[in-house]
Amino acid sequence: MKFNTYSSPHLPVAEGVAIMMQKVMLALIPGTACAVWLFGWGVLINILLAAVTALAAEALVLKLRRRRVAVSLLDGSALLTAVLLALALPPLTPWWIPVVGTLFAIVVAKQLYGGLGYNPFNPAMAGYVVLLISFPLELTQWSAPGNYPGLLDTLALAFTDAARTGVDLDALSTATPMDTIKTRLGLNETLGEIHSTVLFGYVGGRAWEWVNLGFLLGGLWLLQARVIQWQIPAGMLGGLSAMAAVFYLFNPDSYTSPAFHLFSGAAMLGAFFIATDPVSASTTPRGRLIYGAGIGILTYLIRTWGGYPDGVAFAVLLMNMAAPTIDHYTRPRVFGQP
Amino acid sequence: MASVTSTDSGNRDTASRFEHLDRFHGGLVLPSLHEMSTSLPIREAGIPPLLVIPLLQHIGETAECLVKAGEHVHKGQIIAAPRGKVSVPVHASSSGTVVAVEEHPFPHPSGLSFPSVIIETDGRDEWDERSYTLPDYRQLSRVRLLDHIRAAGIVGLGGAGFPTQVKLSRDSDDRIELLVINGVECEPYISCDNMLLRERTRELIEGVRILQHILQPRDCVIAVEADMREAEAALRAAVSTAADSSINVISVPARYPSGGERQLIKLLTGREVPSQGFPSDMGIICLNVGTSAAVYRAIVRSHPLVSRIVTVTGGGVKQPCNLEVLIGTPFSYAVEVSGGYKDDVDRLLMGGPMMGFAVSTDEVPVIKATNCILAVTREEMPPPEAPLPCIRCGKCTEVCPAELLPQQLYWYARSENLDAAQDYSLFDCIECGCCAYVCPSHIPLVQYYRHAKTEVWNNEKQRQASDIARERHQAHQERLERIKRERAERLARKKQAISGKDGARKDAKQAAIQAALDRVKKKKELEGITRRNVDNLTAEQADKIREVDSRRQHKPPPGEH
Repeated sequence: MKFNTYSSPHLPVAEGVAIMMQKVMLALIPGTACAVWLFGWGVLINILLAAVTALAAEALVLKLRRRRVAVSLLDGSALLTAVLLALALPPLTPWWIPVVGTLFAIVVAKQLYGGLGYNPFNPAMAGYVVLLISFPLELTQWSAPGNYPGLLDTLALAFTDAARTGVDLDALSTATPMDTIKTRLGLNETLGEIHSTVLFGYVGGRAWEWVNLGFLLGGLWLLQARVIQWQIPAGMLGGLSAMAAVFYLFNPDSYTSPAFHLFSGAAMLGAFFIATDPVSASTTPRGRLIYGAGIGILTYLIRTWGGYPDGVAFAVLLMNMAAPTIDHYTRPRVFGQP
Repeated sequence: MASVTSTDSGNRDTASRFEHLDRFHGGLVLPSLHEMSTSLPIREAGIPPLLVIPLLQHIGETAECLVKAGEHVHKGQIIAAPRGKVSVPVHASSSGTVVAVEEHPFPHPSGLSFPSVIIETDGRDEWDERSYTLPDYRQLSRVRLLDHIRAAGIVGLGGAGFPTQVKLSRDSDDRIELLVINGVECEPYISCDNMLLRERTRELIEGVRILQHILQPRDCVIAVEADMREAEAALRAAVSTAADSSINVISVPARYPSGGERQLIKLLTGREVPSQGFPSDMGIICLNVGTSAAVYRAIVRSHPLVSRIVTVTGGGVKQPCNLEVLIGTPFSYAVEVSGGYKDDVDRLLMGGPMMGFAVSTDEVPVIKATNCILAVTREEMPPPEAPLPCIRCGKCTEVCPAELLPQQLYWYARSENLDAAQDYSLFDCIECGCCAYVCPSHIPLVQYYRHAKTEVWNNEKQRQASDIARERHQAHQERLERIKRERAERLARKKQAISGKDGARKDAKQAAIQAALDRVKKKKELEGITRRNVDNLTAEQADKIREVDSRRQHKPPPGEH
């Protein structure tokens, strides 16, 4: 009797890439829900626009590259890139912002480097940084927490010229807490004075702390489900809070607390969902700790002394560049070797 | 009194030394699936009409065939003699007539055929009369026992099949610290060691005692897996009733690959077998339980290794069970004895689902290393999914028990960057398959490593071949040059010899000439004019000279016009 032959191991293999990506997206739900609840429909519109753009762009490039389109679209990686990028964008931004950012992320940062598994930079962050540098004004259009326009008004804001909608964008949008701190510290105010404004919540920025908490919950579930490993989040949050602690103890009037840093901006989203993108991160266990810590420290440096209010995106891209070198110097000791 | 106390505490130390198990990195918790084949006791598979006995069934050299077609053989008769140190004889597994010595499909991942002795059995199963009987092993020397173990054709029955006497013989006088009898069957499905421990406990223990006698180890451990409760209980009962308590029974956690030699030693001792080294380098010998039982049969019952226990199991077999199978029995026969295939059988494996390999035909015979015949359906083990690009998730690194970076190795193996692959310790990979099992991109990682290893070996072989060729060429060139040099030297010597004689003659001549010249010079000085050939002149010539002389005196010399 004749039989089919395959290579070992023969047991049915573990869950594939598509399942992993689905789990990551599932884990994004609590944080995203918080963001929608506090910042409005714009969050969902951004996600939708980015998702459609990502799938279309991915399909087009794969077709041009003569690759199997269906398999790659179904792996969910393009969709995840789109969602992560969209979550970083302000909710009242015009429609072409998520579209342009996603196009850059998928076409340039991902596919031109060879597609899934070959991109040296985190595509979502590459797309975000392109937008941040090219369209700084559009990337400040954050709605005030809890005070956002209705679905139709948001749609109108996204798809038409703000002036013609009759909605006053300036009245709706507001500076983020991190923006405010940066500006006011520049005006020689103390943190005590700044914190008394309406923008601040229990530990972090108002609303932002809830969004961060949501992403933290999702991230912890990812750890528990063993989709991601602990080293990168631990490294990043550790690096960020260690830096914050040192300066906070040194001068609490000029430097925000570690808790504020952990629960503001993109800290939790970055630590559990962005820095953990395996393709562009370090791969050795020790290397991941260093890689994460590097992102945390750079995030703090950029937040505190850089030209931008948040630094997660730049920090991730900078550490992406360092990942191969980190890997090279952090090879684990092999069993039985000295 | 003091000595008794120390012995007691020594035993307690031994027991407590293995109480706290160490851990090894990575590994997997896999479904056991042992129970599928452990409900029935071990049965004899019986005598198949044809036995196919390959001449090589282990690592090392092929045995030299001693029989021809048409010859009648007895059970236990040596049909092929060992060649070289790492080789053991091959025995006929039953009586019958040799019908051919030819290439036959062989259970190997390559699917290649191998020279085999094919015996048509007569059903009488008559033992060879020349079979030996040994006195009590305690009265035999180590060397004689090792000779008998070799003569019985015993190789490791755990899977790798390394000749046992080679493992047991020692070059140095260093004491063996630890003898590990490995009953940790960590791969899913396989239960032959489990059943052997349960049903043939006494045989196994006797085998261990013989091994203890040969090796004189300080400690001895029989290791079983945590989910082999009945086997552990049987072992403990057998060991506790024994007079001495030198054998420890240790249960290790069911975590694949805890039955791997290196992992098991790490669990038991906390020490790591050096990379590219052997347990014997650390004074540790590790043998499979089946091997130990085979040693008992060889030494006490004088039976060579002509059969072994094989687990025939999987969702594609009607009645999964453990069989005592004659070496050389075709897989098809063993499956038939187990009730035959189910209709939806898809894949046939030798060994377990993690490290075993698929065979394309069930004509292949059971060899000494066959611990399991696994026939599975498509639902049990669906065909591998199309691989996606590696996303560098690092799950492979998490589970790798050799603590490698499987994903980096994959890149280097894939790009045939063999130097870099070796730099990333390619040869420390034990091919356990954990990395491929967890890979979300379904990359057949182990296949890449095997390929890279084979490439390195091939290159090494080619390098050796070209080294030999280069050495030969150099030697040839040197020889040619030496001959040339020697010829030139001979010639030079000859010349010198000849020129030496000539020189003496020349010198004499020259001296004579010089003397003559000196004489002439003197004469000239005396006469003022030198005239040549003026002796014995004819009258005519003398007149001419005189005439010329007178003309010269009257004419100016030329050039003074």
